[in-house]
Amino acid sequence: MHMRQILIPLSAIALFLAGWELLVWVNQWPNYKMASPSDLWPAFWKFKELFWTYGWQTLWRTVAGLMLAIVFGTLIGMIMGFSRTMRDALYPLLVGFNAIPKATVVPIIALIFIGQNNLNTILMAFMISFFPIAVSVSVGLSTLEPEYRDILRSLGASRFMIFRKIALPKTLPEFFGALKVAVTLAFIGTNLVEIIEPHGQGLGHLFDSARINSDYPLMFAVLIALAFMGILLYYVVVALEKIFAGWAERAPT
Amino acid sequence: MTDKPLISIQAVSHTFHTDSGPLPVLNSLDLSVHKHQFTAVVGPSGCGKSTLTRLIAGLMKPDEGEVWLHGERVVSPRATVGMAFQNPVLLEWRSILKNVMLPLEIVAGNMPKRERESRARYLLKLVGLEGFEDKRPSELSGGMRQRASLCRALVHKPDVLILDEPFGALDAFTREDLWQTMHTLREQEPFTALLITHDLRESIFLADEVVVMSGRPANAQYVLPVHMPGKRTLEDLYTPEATAMLATLRQQIQIAQGRS
Repeated sequence: MHMRQILIPLSAIALFLAGWELLVWVNQWPNYKMASPSDLWPAFWKFKELFWTYGWQTLWRTVAGLMLAIVFGTLIGMIMGFSRTMRDALYPLLVGFNAIPKATVVPIIALIFIGQNNLNTILMAFMISFFPIAVSVSVGLSTLEPEYRDILRSLGASRFMIFRKIALPKTLPEFFGALKVAVTLAFIGTNLVEIIEPHGQGLGHLFDSARINSDYPLMFAVLIALAFMGILLYYVVVALEKIFAGWAERAPT
Repeated sequence: MTDKPLISIQAVSHTFHTDSGPLPVLNSLDLSVHKHQFTAVVGPSGCGKSTLTRLIAGLMKPDEGEVWLHGERVVSPRATVGMAFQNPVLLEWRSILKNVMLPLEIVAGNMPKRERESRARYLLKLVGLEGFEDKRPSELSGGMRQRASLCRALVHKPDVLILDEPFGALDAFTREDLWQTMHTLREQEPFTALLITHDLRESIFLADEVVVMSGRPANAQYVLPVHMPGKRTLEDLYTPEATAMLATLRQQIQIAQGRS
C-alpha cells in the first residue's frame, strides 16, 4: 500500500517529463523557446551551490511567512467564526485586500521597510497566503451545528471549553485543506519579491539573473526547483494532517 | 404524587423575533414532571416543542413565566441535565467510548479516569454496544450511533433526560429496538425524562403521561395518562386500550392543528 502511494505519483511525474521532452523534440523547439527536461539537469548541476544557498533562502522565508499566516489567519478566522458582526465587518475588507494584485504591493512594502529584504519577503508570503486560512477557520467555526454546542453548553461548559473540545478539532480538516492551498501561495509571494525587488537572494533572484543572461535552461531549472520545494512542503502538511486530523479520512470503500 | 414536581413550567410565554416580525411560540404554558416520571410531548410541527427543551436545559430564558428544576429556578445551563437530539451529534474524532465519556470531562473533572471509563463501558453494555467501544462513530449504523448518544446523555447521572425526537430519523424496526432499549435503561438507571416526539405510538409506548401541545402559540392542550401495567412489550400497542389512547391523541392533534 505504501509502495503504491509512492509509485503512482512518481510514475505520473515521469510520464509528465517524458511528454514534455517528446513535445520539444517533435516540434524541434530551440531551448530559448522551450527548454526540455534533458537540458535542465546540466543547468542545475552547473549551479548546484547557488541552488542550495538560494533554495534555502527561499524556503525558510516561505515557511516563516506561512507560520505568520497560520497564526494571523487562525486568529482572524476565529474572530469571524464566533462573531456575526465581525464577520460582516471583515469579509469585504479581506476580499478587497485579497483581490489586489500582490505584485503592485511589492514596491509599497519595499518602500515602507527599505532594505529589510527578509522582512519584506516574509511579509509578502504571509499576505498572499493567510486569506484561505482565515476563511476556512471562520467557515468551520460558523457552520458548527448548534446541537454540538448545546451538548456541552447544557452541561455548563465555558466558551473556551466548547472551543477546545469541539470547535477546534472539528475545524482541523478544513484548516489543513486551506493550508495546502496556502503553501503554494506562499511560494508565489516569496518569489514575487525575489523577482521584482531583487536583493541578490532567493531562487527568484537566480531566475532573474538567468533571464538577464538569456540562460533559458537555468530559468526552467529554477522553476522546477520551486515546484519541487512546493511539493516537499505540501507533503509536510499532508503528514501533519494525518497526525492531527487523520480521523476525517474515510476508509476506502 | 403529592410531592413537588421535579420539572415545573409555570405560565411560560416566549416570542421569537424574526425578520418577518414577532413569532409567538409558547403562550402561558404549564407543565410539570415528577421524579422518575416519563413524559412525552406531542403536537403539530413548529409548535415550540424544541423551544421547550432549550428552556428546561437553561439554554434560553423565557420572556415570561418561570422554569423550575429540583426546586430551583432555571436561569442558566446546569450540569444536571442530559440531552439527546434527532442528530446523534457524536464527535467524529473520538472513539465511541470517549464520546460517551465527554460529559464527565466537563462536570466531573476530578473523577478518576478509570471510574469514568468503567461508567461509560457499563452504559454501552446496557444498550448493546459492547465490543464497539473503540470504533469511530462513522463505523456505526444510525441506530447504534443513537444508542451511543443516549449513553452520553445518561453518563453523568442527570436528574433530567431531555430527548428531542431522538428516534425520528431511524427506520421503523430500528426505532422499535431503541424503544425497548429505553425501557431497559429506565429499569437499570431510573431517570426523569421529557421526550419530544411526532410518533404517537412511541409516546404511549415509552411515557407515563402524554402532553398534547396546541398549535402556535402553544400551551398544554390535553394530558393523557398512559396505563400499561408491568413490563411493556410491542404487543401492548395493539390492545383495544392502546388503540383507544391513540385515537384520543390523534383527535387532539387534529384539534391542535385546527382541523376539526
